[in-house]
Amino acid sequence: MSITPKPSIISILEQNLIMELAAKNRRIDGRALTDYREIKIERGIIEKANGSAQVSIGKTKVMAGVKLELGEPFPDTPDEGVLTVNAEFTPIASPTFELGPPGENSIELARIVDRNLRESKAIDLKKLCITPGKKVFIVFVDINILNHDGNLIDASTYAALAALLNTKMSNFEVNDGEVVFKDGVQPLPMNNYPVPVTFAKIGRVLMMDPQLQEEDVMSTRLTIGVDKDGCICAVQKGGMGELEPDDVRNAVGMALEKSKELRTLIIGGS
Amino acid sequence: MIKSYPERLIDENGLRLDGRRPDELRPIKLEIGVLGNADGSAYIEQGKNKILVGVYGPREIHPKHAELPNRAVLRCRYRMAPFSTEERKNPAPSRREIEISKVIREALEPAVMSEYYPRTVIDIFIEALQCDGGTRCAGIVAASLALADAGIPMRDLVSSCSAGKAGGEIVLDLFDLEDKYGEADMPVALMVNLNMVTLLQMDGKLNPIEFERAFTMAIEGCRKIRGLQVEALKKRYQGIVEREGTSEFDEEDT
Repeated sequence: MSITPKPSIISILEQNLIMELAAKNRRIDGRALTDYREIKIERGIIEKANGSAQVSIGKTKVMAGVKLELGEPFPDTPDEGVLTVNAEFTPIASPTFELGPPGENSIELARIVDRNLRESKAIDLKKLCITPGKKVFIVFVDINILNHDGNLIDASTYAALAALLNTKMSNFEVNDGEVVFKDGVQPLPMNNYPVPVTFAKIGRVLMMDPQLQEEDVMSTRLTIGVDKDGCICAVQKGGMGELEPDDVRNAVGMALEKSKELRTLIIGGS
Repeated sequence: MIKSYPERLIDENGLRLDGRRPDELRPIKLEIGVLGNADGSAYIEQGKNKILVGVYGPREIHPKHAELPNRAVLRCRYRMAPFSTEERKNPAPSRREIEISKVIREALEPAVMSEYYPRTVIDIFIEALQCDGGTRCAGIVAASLALADAGIPMRDLVSSCSAGKAGGEIVLDLFDLEDKYGEADMPVALMVNLNMVTLLQMDGKLNPIEFERAFTMAIEGCRKIRGLQVEALKKRYQGIVEREGTSEFDEEDT
């Protein structure tokens, strides 16, 4: 059951300030509406994972790890490897994150990351098939939120993508349907680099990369995922508000531009 | 079970697998007030989709700590019956169902005037009995009618429809095969009179021009569906109003 959440606790003064500034196209930390906070990416920080990355956007901090395992393909895609994305809202990341089974927010987050990677065909899953219908590689992408200061969707997708680009799989041979691992490693076969851009609607204004206080005030959230060919591969509206059709059109236009710059940053150095 | 993969989704005449033109909706049947116990209910058939929605409330909320002092809480569950699909669906709630319950609730929140009923809950139960693509949209269409049937004030009806790309064409209201084997699917919900989008999702691959065409087409679809929703409400209530007079009807409603 999905239930109307309790509103977050944010002082009325701060709320009013954010609203008043937004009406003048300004923000509490002085950023322009299309500015991201500083993005830092560290790659390969978990040696025991096949690939890993930690992304911080301002104070938001997210770690993604990739593990590869052998397993069975889905019956409807017998000749493709399997991608599985999971997100964990660890209680260290925010006082509002509680222990227990995954809630709707972490499920939604994982599914948006999944949608970006899957629909843009980011991983060449056909190359991860060993014996069609029997044996394939399963790519587990696990996302750990370490500190929540807003815009978890973008941080998580960037971390997942950076971790996949950092992933090394052992060289292997297939003998009679059995996998024999050999010396040396190879990168994960990648086709595409989806980059989502998330907006918050505050008052009548759309702003990119909302930080936590802005998320607490926003009426609506909108994420536009753009792939390397400049096509839109994933969209998700969130929040209890509404958007004018032209908000959507403007957001798409802005996301197409912004995603290029962000993609260079995420791919660069890996 | 025989698996058939369609060779192509659009034939040489530009028609779709079920014979529709690209911008054509599936046949839609709407019924209001179909459940005995629910405060409001509606049933929708859209192609092979069959979905039943029941609304209970505003009513007392349990657990009590979930109440909000200034408004009613909306609770929404979208559920697929185990027999609703080709392969049996495990009755445990899937991640997909959890996400859809959330986006449907968020699609209805802006319409419901929840501030009239503080400290209560409005429960919306969406039971997908047979699924053939576009069930979240059909669920929203029926849920919005069920809310109206329950007499809950709303700023506007919520209408919903998907558009996308299948067989290289931009198409309206994708059914299961087009959703599975097509290139993109974009469900949209719209409050038509207010011209406000309350649900928007997309997966697949659309260039910016195709995105714009699909988005506009989905909005057009929502407008058509709104017409059907209004008709269905009239069919259910006009008779009662005429028969029993407005005053009595108002009394019963308050």
